[in-house]
Amino acid sequence: MESATDTIESFVKSEYKYGFVSDIETESFAPGLNEDVVRRIWQKKGEPEFMLEWRLKAYRHWLTMKEPHWPNVHYPPIDYQAYIYYAAAKPKKKLGSMDEVDPETKAVFDKLGISLNEQKRLSGVAVDAILDSVSVATTFKGELAKQGIIFCSFSEAVREHPELVKKYLGTVVPTNDNFFAALNSAVFSDGSFCYIPKGVRCPMELSTYFRINTAGAGQFERTLIVADEGSTVSYLEGCTAPMRDENQLHAAVVELVALENATIKYSTVQNWYPGDKDGKGGIYNFVTKRGKCDGRNSKISWTQVETGSAITWKYPSVILKGDNSVGEFYSVALTNHRQQADTGTKMIHVGKNTSSTIVSKGISAGRGQNSYRGQVKILKSAANARNYSQCDSLLLGDRCGAHTFPYIDVRNSTATVEHEASTSKIGEDQIFYCNQRGLATQDAINMIVNGYCKEVFKHLPMEFAVEAQKLLGVSLEGSVG
Amino acid sequence: MLDIRNLCAGVDGTPILKNLNLQVGPGEVHAIMGPNGSGKSTLAQVLAGKSEYEVTGGEVIFNGTDLLEMKPEDRARAGVFLAFQYPVEIPGVNCTAFLKAALNECRKSRGETELDAVEFLQLVKKKTQLLELDQALLNRSLNEGFSGGEKKRNEIFQMAVLEPKLAILDETDSGLDIDALRVVASGVNKLRRPDNATLVITHYQRLLNYIVPDVVHVLVHGRIVKSGGKELAMELEERGYDWILETVAANGKA
Repeated sequence: MESATDTIESFVKSEYKYGFVSDIETESFAPGLNEDVVRRIWQKKGEPEFMLEWRLKAYRHWLTMKEPHWPNVHYPPIDYQAYIYYAAAKPKKKLGSMDEVDPETKAVFDKLGISLNEQKRLSGVAVDAILDSVSVATTFKGELAKQGIIFCSFSEAVREHPELVKKYLGTVVPTNDNFFAALNSAVFSDGSFCYIPKGVRCPMELSTYFRINTAGAGQFERTLIVADEGSTVSYLEGCTAPMRDENQLHAAVVELVALENATIKYSTVQNWYPGDKDGKGGIYNFVTKRGKCDGRNSKISWTQVETGSAITWKYPSVILKGDNSVGEFYSVALTNHRQQADTGTKMIHVGKNTSSTIVSKGISAGRGQNSYRGQVKILKSAANARNYSQCDSLLLGDRCGAHTFPYIDVRNSTATVEHEASTSKIGEDQIFYCNQRGLATQDAINMIVNGYCKEVFKHLPMEFAVEAQKLLGVSLEGSVG
Repeated sequence: MLDIRNLCAGVDGTPILKNLNLQVGPGEVHAIMGPNGSGKSTLAQVLAGKSEYEVTGGEVIFNGTDLLEMKPEDRARAGVFLAFQYPVEIPGVNCTAFLKAALNECRKSRGETELDAVEFLQLVKKKTQLLELDQALLNRSLNEGFSGGEKKRNEIFQMAVLEPKLAILDETDSGLDIDALRVVASGVNKLRRPDNATLVITHYQRLLNYIVPDVVHVLVHGRIVKSGGKELAMELEERGYDWILETVAANGKA
């Protein structure tokens, strides 16, 4: 009889089902990066003058910076001159409505289950679809505009709403914030922009779907979400990439701004290609995500389910500047085969009575290495600040690893900070118990892992929670027995 | 129904069960008693198919099929149910959802249609009434934070829903106060049918006041050394296990 450990072994040989390559005619720059490339991206995008200065400043700063090596991940040196910094599907004609999206591009998204057709809308989700570096379509723009909501590609925002972009861009993640953020600031070619006006509760989920297609291209997108006073928005992000043997770089920046009484909920299901079972290929996901609770009583909540990428380096964070503001971080990170993840959050308490919650669930399988890295910082000004952190690690099999690096920095004696951590192995006893009730081992593991993640999944919007559950199943799937 | 012949099994090379023989017919309740370390729980785990126990000899025929050749989940689907001595906690997995998945796996294997949520909840309601079980328990995570009594009651509840052909109760009485014991035992009694059998593993006679066995077996050093009617249990309660151990030693069989 096979033991549960053997079963887990065979079990983690998963297949990545989004690994197809689409043949779309693209217009790409030659690989390499210099000031001229930055200028040409700016030109291509038809951006106003201030953006060129902004990009060049970022680029020049980037040249002075060093790639960070403090995360607990290991990879060969990256040749930044080998990447393509701009790739876009060649437009066959000017796009007016959804029906005019290039059929091949549309087919890519259809295959991914993302309908760009508004008639086929799924439970009120508006989608901005981004292929390689460029936004190809945004659905429901018209309907959202009736309430004054701006939801469009970043390029369009820069052209149509330069005053908003100028006011908020880089206010949460400055161009010189870190190596990858500086690189992104210099060369980002698109992304999503969203503005919710005062007092408006966004009537549908807003969503961006990222797809890398072109070989050798880096993807650098930028998302900026501004929730004006008293507004509420829920935002979803999904992503996939073809299976390729070389590593591809994804260095995105997401900035969130919540003004007084505003709430932003940002959910991610990250499913970039993780590489094959021997660690060949896969996406390097080096992402800077940060939100600022700028006004009183504002709230920013991050929920992430990280199952893809060869290497994940990301710390969705919240700066709690406004008094009584609330920051939340709920995370499930799964590493299988040779995947590595160093992920967590930063909660920076500045205002009075600010509170933050961190729930991190790491799952390691195969030879996966999973690190939680979190910082809770209570500044002197943050009277009565509260933080609760819980980070749990689950190990499947005996060749994977889980690591926890919590940093707590308290400078105000009225603060309350709690930290709980646990590490457990998926028990043979748990699997046997399920077997004894008639459940096969694969179903048992799925059930146990999903149960373990429940605290995080319940914070995802419904359709996403279902997708996340399935995704965990797929990521752990393999032939049993 | 269950025919165990010359069963030998151990763990990590240490033999525990030595040529154990046991026959259980439909409708019968058999009690297995014995001192600590005699192999009672091992027998339960081997029948359920726990992989860390190695079977080194003998055979177990269950309703005409070789039980030892089957995977644990296939044994469960064929109607072997083990009420665990220490049911494990599975955080975040809802009791009801778990049991629904389990029941539907069993039904599928028997070629029956799966129950939908409504049908399943009706069944749950019926069974909770039968067992005087607080339904609130079923909305919680499986065994997580359950008291000892709640865990055992939940085991019996699962048994009631899954309706096994052979139920093995492994020290179900341990850690139960007298009220909980009565509830659990009356549940087991209500589930008795002419076509199913029960194997009650216990250290104390106490449980057998409530679940009256047809046959009592005494397990010592991995084999059954004495069998008898329910009066044997009374005798054990009165005299302890020592006299049996002495008899066994005197016969030179131990």
